Amino acid sequence: MATNLGNYTLNLDTSPSLLSFAAVGSKKEAEGPIGKQFDIINEDSLFGQKTWELAEGQMQKIAAEKALEKAALSPGEIKMLFAGDLLNQITASHYGLRELGIPFIGLYGACSTMSQSVILASMMVEGGLINRGMAVTSSHFCSAERQYRFPLEYGGQRPPTAQWTATAAGAVIVGQSSAPPYIRRVCVGTIENKNVKDLTNMGAAMAPAAAQTLSRFFADTGTGPDNYDVILTGDLGQVGSDLLSQLMEREGYKLEGKHADCGLILFDRDTQKVDAGGSGCGCAAAVLCAYLLPAMRKGKVNEVLFMATGALMSPTSVQQGQDIPGIAHLMHLSTSPKAGGG
Amino acid sequence: MENLTDHAYGEMVKKASPPSKSFRDIPLAFLIGGGICTLGHFFISQYERWGVSEEIASPAGLITLIFLAVLLTGLGVYDKMAKVGGGGSLVPITGFANAVAAPALEFKSEGMILGLGAKMFLIVGPVIVYGVASGVIYGLILYLFKLY
Repeated sequence: MATNLGNYTLNLDTSPSLLSFAAVGSKKEAEGPIGKQFDIINEDSLFGQKTWELAEGQMQKIAAEKALEKAALSPGEIKMLFAGDLLNQITASHYGLRELGIPFIGLYGACSTMSQSVILASMMVEGGLINRGMAVTSSHFCSAERQYRFPLEYGGQRPPTAQWTATAAGAVIVGQSSAPPYIRRVCVGTIENKNVKDLTNMGAAMAPAAAQTLSRFFADTGTGPDNYDVILTGDLGQVGSDLLSQLMEREGYKLEGKHADCGLILFDRDTQKVDAGGSGCGCAAAVLCAYLLPAMRKGKVNEVLFMATGALMSPTSVQQGQDIPGIAHLMHLSTSPKAGGG
Repeated sequence: MENLTDHAYGEMVKKASPPSKSFRDIPLAFLIGGGICTLGHFFISQYERWGVSEEIASPAGLITLIFLAVLLTGLGVYDKMAKVGGGGSLVPITGFANAVAAPALEFKSEGMILGLGAKMFLIVGPVIVYGVASGVIYGLILYLFKLY
């Protein structure tokens, strides 16, 4: 059974394993620095569907099926499915995954959903309530733009602080196994806000939540940045990453050389015109499944903190003048089940 | 984190956020916006040369610009031009045409009535509402001045 470390961190004593994972992307993601590492790329961003919303659901379905295929499992062997996306009423997950017939729990954590879903699946496995769980999330540039911003063909300029929603999905299967990577500890974040109201500066809105979760985790575990090979945040972009470094320095932790951000890995800011970097649930999901977990399997990195961050506003809350709350959920991944990593 | 005030964090955000590149954006807006207006004038002069009266040539020129803007929106060109042109492609009548055509295309998937019909004025709706309202107010002021 899991044990509490300090006030916020949970140590998963059985170290559940990430059995299988898959990432799906589209054209722009394929052109990015990690484009070749995706399991499936479909350059048609409609994925053969009629609408962007159905396309996003289709991406989730393809990602889930690919993860099952890689683990040689059938849907019936997964006991619970945790999934979410950015759409109103998370319809991409509902429509995309309905045919799998796996007991389903829908989640909304904005861009933090990948951490949220993997953490929930691993806690269920840790508790012995299920033997295998799956976590799936997605985002689609076109469905997100029309919901949160403007129609695609509308001519407007984006400020340099804006981020680009990834058209991508990721799926992870969690269960007990002797094969790495393992999930060792989790730290569920609290909702934080520092009165950021700018919808085009999400990195700034999420950085305080990221700093809060990360410093709590360090305090609870008695570790620091030096105990880990990489601290990977989800979608802070350039602005949010800079702010996270500054905030952590105030807390007494230096992140230099250890910190990387999914939004800066998925796209090349210099050549792909994504302004401050990538974003969306699919961004952290794809970087986790296409880049980080394969690197851990190969033993290139061993102790990793993965922390997807989310901005929890809606178009309505922003129009009503409310600030943008952020959240960050952290998981400690390791290639060894017990020792190491502090 | 608790000892960081919202205001102090706001200052940190300001420093960390790069501003828009005005030295590049403003001249480009001038060129693209100026280009669109010059093109409009070219159409008006051309219609006059073809013997159209001045009264008709001017609206005909505008209609031509609107047609071109909608066509370029449908072809997916206008938004790319606007990324470069910024305010230059937003302010002329072509920006208005783009703002009507873009949601019409986008929300087609929700049907002709509740999708295309209802969402078509998503962006320009406020412009029409306040345009008409201020027209009434200025008209009233003008009327009152002319009384004396």
